[in-house]
Amino acid sequence: MNEKNLVLSVSPHIRSEESVKKVMWFTVLSLAFPAASAVYFFGLYPLLVMLVSAFTAVVAECILLKLRGRDVSQCLDGSAVVTGILLALTLPPRFPLWEAALGAAFAIVFAKQFFGGIGQNIFNPALVGRAFLMAAFPVDATTWSPTRFMSPDTFTGATPLANFKFEKVLTPYKDLFFGNVAGSMGETSALLIILGGLVLILKGYVDFRLPLSYIASVFCFGGIMWLINPSKYPDPLFHILAGGLMLGAFYMITDMVTSPITRKGRVIYGILGGFLVVLIRLFAGYPEGVMFSILIVNSIRPWIDRLTKPRVLGEV
Amino acid sequence: MAKSTFKGGVHPPYCKYTTGKGIEKLPVPATLYVPLSQHTGKPAKPLVKRGDEVKKGQKIADADGYISACIHAPTSGKVRTIIDHPHPVLLMSDFAIVIEPDGKDEWFEEPLERVNWQESSPEEIVNAVKEAGVVGLGGAAFPTHVKISPPKDKSIDTVIINGAECEPFLTADDRILQERAKDVLWGAFLIKRAVGASRVFIAVEDNKPLAIGKVSDVIKEFPSFELKVVKTKYPEGAEKQLIKALTDREVPRGGLPMDVNCLVQNVQTAVAIYEAVRFGKPLIERVLTLSGDGARGAGNYLVRIGTRFLDVVEMTGDMSDDVIKVINGGPMMGISQYTLEVPVIKGTSGILLFTQKTARRFEEYTCIRCSKCVDVCPMGLLPLMLVDYIKAGRFTEAKEKYGLSDCMECGCCAFVCPSKINHVQWVKFGKQELRRSS
Repeated sequence: MNEKNLVLSVSPHIRSEESVKKVMWFTVLSLAFPAASAVYFFGLYPLLVMLVSAFTAVVAECILLKLRGRDVSQCLDGSAVVTGILLALTLPPRFPLWEAALGAAFAIVFAKQFFGGIGQNIFNPALVGRAFLMAAFPVDATTWSPTRFMSPDTFTGATPLANFKFEKVLTPYKDLFFGNVAGSMGETSALLIILGGLVLILKGYVDFRLPLSYIASVFCFGGIMWLINPSKYPDPLFHILAGGLMLGAFYMITDMVTSPITRKGRVIYGILGGFLVVLIRLFAGYPEGVMFSILIVNSIRPWIDRLTKPRVLGEV
Repeated sequence: MAKSTFKGGVHPPYCKYTTGKGIEKLPVPATLYVPLSQHTGKPAKPLVKRGDEVKKGQKIADADGYISACIHAPTSGKVRTIIDHPHPVLLMSDFAIVIEPDGKDEWFEEPLERVNWQESSPEEIVNAVKEAGVVGLGGAAFPTHVKISPPKDKSIDTVIINGAECEPFLTADDRILQERAKDVLWGAFLIKRAVGASRVFIAVEDNKPLAIGKVSDVIKEFPSFELKVVKTKYPEGAEKQLIKALTDREVPRGGLPMDVNCLVQNVQTAVAIYEAVRFGKPLIERVLTLSGDGARGAGNYLVRIGTRFLDVVEMTGDMSDDVIKVINGGPMMGISQYTLEVPVIKGTSGILLFTQKTARRFEEYTCIRCSKCVDVCPMGLLPLMLVDYIKAGRFTEAKEKYGLSDCMECGCCAFVCPSKINHVQWVKFGKQELRRSS
């Protein structure tokens, strides 16, 4: 041994096996569950949308990193891929490819890199991308198609939420749970989203408090409204199974970068988000409120962090 | 029954490979380098000069002031010189008394049992401990006589003997409990006597079944003693966390265990106290663990203070050629060394030799706010915010808003961080800047 080779560093001298790459690529892997439901119910085209979206996200990230003079290899850390696939999963099954690409680029450039890149963004990039697409292509972003197991002739072109909001027609729970309903390509199957989410929770990449408090909050606030007027408002089970709630609860509100850093904060965050979902679904112009609810709680996240600062051991 | 523990913490790979290795006594090396600063507080003042003959156990440096400790010759021989020598904790050279052993290993005063040592008064105990130069052997090396003589306005009701040994790799305390459980308890008995406590807890993590077995065998002879098996989790052995786990009391911020009527002593310190009071034996040797994937002679060794790491390694069967990291202490809080010339001091609980495989180097990545550091922080701090503020140079805010001074640098945050952020390094830097500005 040569003493000149001795490494000096501050403790700790051992580290866990985790890395950002592992977290991100594992998340990508877990997205195979909702992606599988997209392919199962809507065919192979959704897969193409996901690939295009993810690819564009990585390219946009690469270009912006270069322009910002940062380490370009960061574009392969997996976070851009997560954003790309998540964005695609929130889009209608027949969404035009070039529009999806534009949305992915917008998400990375405006919602992530302009804020300073990974870890610095305030808003969930995938949801900003989706909000952008809803504003830019309102028709394409709300043109739904039937699943492979629905008869195209009877398909009304509306999602279960819209069906209820405008026609007061309820969709069977079974279809909502397994995913045989109209909607965004990755949001329809509660079952597969929960499976993917459970994998992330077990791996420790998602705090169960986030999806739990968010879903429970929608259930409670939705339930209160239903008890007040069952003929006008949907029941709470419908609330939590329909629309993008499951995808939002397990994959969007759980985004590490944009969610609170304390456990207590995450619970408050989820409850506020759930309240906003019900508020928007029942009283706003849109049938769905998941996207806006999360973008709004994203913006108050720093405040929640400050309010829920943990008690230091020995603090009185 | 749920085992007591604290909030937060991590589970590093424990790597307690040497738990089955009995304590082996290492021979006296060719030269001893005995630093004058081996404890928290002022360095000791040398009592010998170049050329002096010294005997084993002879006081060669005296405590300088209240928070200081005296130092004794680890063997008999001649003082060659007093020079600047690399130091394992101070990270720079410091004065050390260099002794050339004469090979006779003759006592200055043969340790003999004192009559009625069990009935020693608190003053006698404190004095014996002080004269023996006992310091905290868990690593912090705080002078023990200070710790066991709390100010009049503080009363101690609970003595906790800390055998948690939560640092991975280290098994010295574990072996002490396995081989000398009774001596540990006698030490605890004397501490209890010195501070007038009413009960004693012996805390051991549940991954040390042999130690637990030995302690429960002998503890019956000691009324008001209780064996407390705590959950295996790092940093279970940290003073404030252990007190919280065992008594549910919280040491106030910036306070000391005595503020909540507790006193925590490491198991090896208890043995040193026992030997000091019963036999008048000074602290001239200690048990340490040599381990790590680069150590060929991994084990638990009784080593004379002042033995260089190099000598320990050579006497135990060398090490592999690809060692790139040498650590004084454990892997979570130990200090990496730039040379093996550094000597074993009173606080050296372990020597770890790591190769590339264990001592990996990582680039810091951007924080992704995963908050793992928040979940594991045993002090309830927000490590990611601390690092943010320190990086921004806002040290005062880091202290006032985010408790920079409360951080004990246990390293849980850095251990779990997927971005491999060096929280402890940033915190040390922040604290240093704070000190500089005040």
